[in-house]
Amino acid sequence: MAEANCCICFLQEETEVEKLSGGDMLIRALADEGVECIFGYPGGAALHIYDAVFRQKKVKHILVRHEQAATHAADGYARSTGKTGVVLVTSGPGATNAITGIATAYMDSIPMVVISGQVVSERIGEDAFQETDMVGISRPIVKHSFLVKEQSKIPEIVKKAFHIASTGRPGPVVIDIPKDITNPVDKFDYEYPDKVKIRSYTPAGKGHSGQIKKAVQLLLSARRPMIYSGGGVIQGNASEYLTKLAKILNFPVTNTLMGLGAYPGSDRQFLGMLGMHGTVESNTAMHHADVILAVGARFDDRVTNTPGKFCPSAKIIHIDIDPASISKTVAADIPIVGAVDSVLSEMLELVKASDERPDTKALADWWTQIEAWRDRYSIQKNPNYSNEGMIKPQEVLRALYHVTRGDAFITSDVGQHQMFSAQYYLFDKPRRWINSGGLGTMGFGLPAAMGVQLAHRDAMVACVTGEGSIQMCIQELSTCTQYHLPIKIICVNNQALGMVKQWQDMQYDSRYSESLYEDSLPDFIKLVESYGHVGMKVTKREELIPRLEECFAMKDRCVFMDIYVDPSEHVYPMQVAPNGSMRDMWLSKTERT
Amino acid sequence: MRRIISVLMENEPGALSRVVGLFSQRGYNIETLTVAPTEDATLSRLTLTTIGDDHKIEQITKHLNRLVDVVKLVDLTEGAHIERELMMVKVKASGAQRAEVKRCVDIFRGQIIDVTATVYTIQITGASDKLDAFLQAVGEAAILEVVRSGVSGIGRGEKVLSL
Ligand SMILES: Cc1ncc(C[n+]2csc(CCOP(=O)(O)OP(=O)(O)O)c2C)c(N)n1
Ligand SMILES: [Mg+2]
Repeated sequence: MAEANCCICFLQEETEVEKLSGGDMLIRALADEGVECIFGYPGGAALHIYDAVFRQKKVKHILVRHEQAATHAADGYARSTGKTGVVLVTSGPGATNAITGIATAYMDSIPMVVISGQVVSERIGEDAFQETDMVGISRPIVKHSFLVKEQSKIPEIVKKAFHIASTGRPGPVVIDIPKDITNPVDKFDYEYPDKVKIRSYTPAGKGHSGQIKKAVQLLLSARRPMIYSGGGVIQGNASEYLTKLAKILNFPVTNTLMGLGAYPGSDRQFLGMLGMHGTVESNTAMHHADVILAVGARFDDRVTNTPGKFCPSAKIIHIDIDPASISKTVAADIPIVGAVDSVLSEMLELVKASDERPDTKALADWWTQIEAWRDRYSIQKNPNYSNEGMIKPQEVLRALYHVTRGDAFITSDVGQHQMFSAQYYLFDKPRRWINSGGLGTMGFGLPAAMGVQLAHRDAMVACVTGEGSIQMCIQELSTCTQYHLPIKIICVNNQALGMVKQWQDMQYDSRYSESLYEDSLPDFIKLVESYGHVGMKVTKREELIPRLEECFAMKDRCVFMDIYVDPSEHVYPMQVAPNGSMRDMWLSKTERT
Repeated sequence: MRRIISVLMENEPGALSRVVGLFSQRGYNIETLTVAPTEDATLSRLTLTTIGDDHKIEQITKHLNRLVDVVKLVDLTEGAHIERELMMVKVKASGAQRAEVKRCVDIFRGQIIDVTATVYTIQITGASDKLDAFLQAVGEAAILEVVRSGVSGIGRGEKVLSL
């Protein structure tokens, strides 16, 4: 690194301004932006860029096996580090394969820059070979996009793309770049701007101080408060402020699926996740709360259940960086638009400076009530599954938590195993729980784990998946081989598209329309062995923990654990829908709150 | 309620499709849409009319503001404003009809801008309801073709929408 730096300084001294081709400029701009690692897949329209990748050392390229995986890997990299994930794909099918991953990042507000090759400028619009209108096709799922028309604009566009992707409410930005623009022959002055100004883009900074004061007053007058925080607290690096504020006020906290880890999951004040598969104590406390502090959360329909019945007696303070998220589905009494870290730190200072505190008696009563709910309903205290017969999926997650001492990065796919992970793995730190919450993309888990492992080479990284989801990006086992990624794949094998089957049990009289595979599952052990990885099949309860320990002891190997679990298990608690309120929940197949 | 939203945005390729795309993506209606560059060629002014309650309009303006190309916007219907639409209409005009159409055009302060032995082409400007009223007055049977520009609007008094 240091050497490379020197070499560039030297070059710059010799010639005033460097001259570079479009392709070289693009990769140099990434290096100057501080990008260490990009994920991609080559093809015709991107070949000049790939040649530029070859001729430098600063930006490392990871070759995936499918462009969808490139976007998920960049996404996992971004979620676990807070940096912007970068993707490079070719035109046409390369670009369209990236779409699912872009949409996934968009729904969860993940900073990402996707560079797609495009056919040469003069062929655009002629249905040329591998032409697709990438700017058009990605438009509803990007924060912004650029079609590069002149080489000289490349540094500025790259700078703008990273600025837009990573500031305000983050999101994916596409740079579509025609092949002629990256040709190696024409060279242009290269200078990377240190700043950008975009007159039409000014993300929110500090919150309105009057509103913040009002909010603090309301918090201090609360008798049955709840803090409800979402992915915005993690994206906005505000976990510390949130935790301090909750601590100083002794308020109960719940997190959304996207917000897990923003507040320590094993802390007494944490009531668990809220929403469809949240805990009864969180949902019930929300329902009865008189003041709700919503931070970086968006009142998603998977959280509120029927919006008209949401938290009938609560006054709502809503802090979010995106004004469009405020009062979208549930009206806020005190809206605060601003960066969550800045707003929370201001609130914290005001609370510290004030001698007022919420009514001690009222708060104590509230905690007594919450503890009563917790005693009765907590799935940590009273596991809602039996220890008989086949291994239960919940046991797998408990065992995983135990064996990794709660200190792993957990990526997840989508389905029952995802909800069990969210319920049973307690995240004490932000950026440890990596899942596709908004789009719910099966196939996300493994490539996301690759991004996480590449960003944290020595960390424990586990991908919790299902035998359904893993097959949507299973080709990435090969990428794990190439880059020696010692990911632990925990396949909670219930021999079915479990979440679909659960809904079919609940709503369609157990008519399992296309949710079973009829003995067509591959032998995962042989499969992963053929990629050079270790496979372990677990079917007995007493093998579960020893085998998991064995798995995590293999620090430098990718291990696939095919754990056979009870296929009849459902995820509970589960909110009653339609027309239910927050607290209306199924506790098991037969019991309700 | 009908609203007129006026948007100042970057005059860049793709900007218009982002605005229009937002409406279809979020299930909002566009009744009319006009757009042209301003005196500053780097900016376009777009005026659109849509129908929705306060909540919906608030969502629309927030989402529009979120688009990176949008510099500023105003809901003109929130204050005193002037709206205009330009319409050109071809109507049958032969025999006795000719005088009658002409009278109607005068009442609505329109102009006949092209004439043949059987057809008048008429130009009228005004608020949209005035144009509707004219069409009604002339009568469907006489109308051959109608072109409307869509609404443009500007605030009254000293308020301006500019950088
Ligand atoms: C790409 C994609 N297709 C379809 C779905 C709908 N879906 C949600 S969960 C699920 C079943 C997942 O099965 P599996 O990975 O085995 O997990 P399980 O629920 O059995 O734990 C399906 C099909 C989805 N979320 N994503
Ligand atoms: Mg399954």
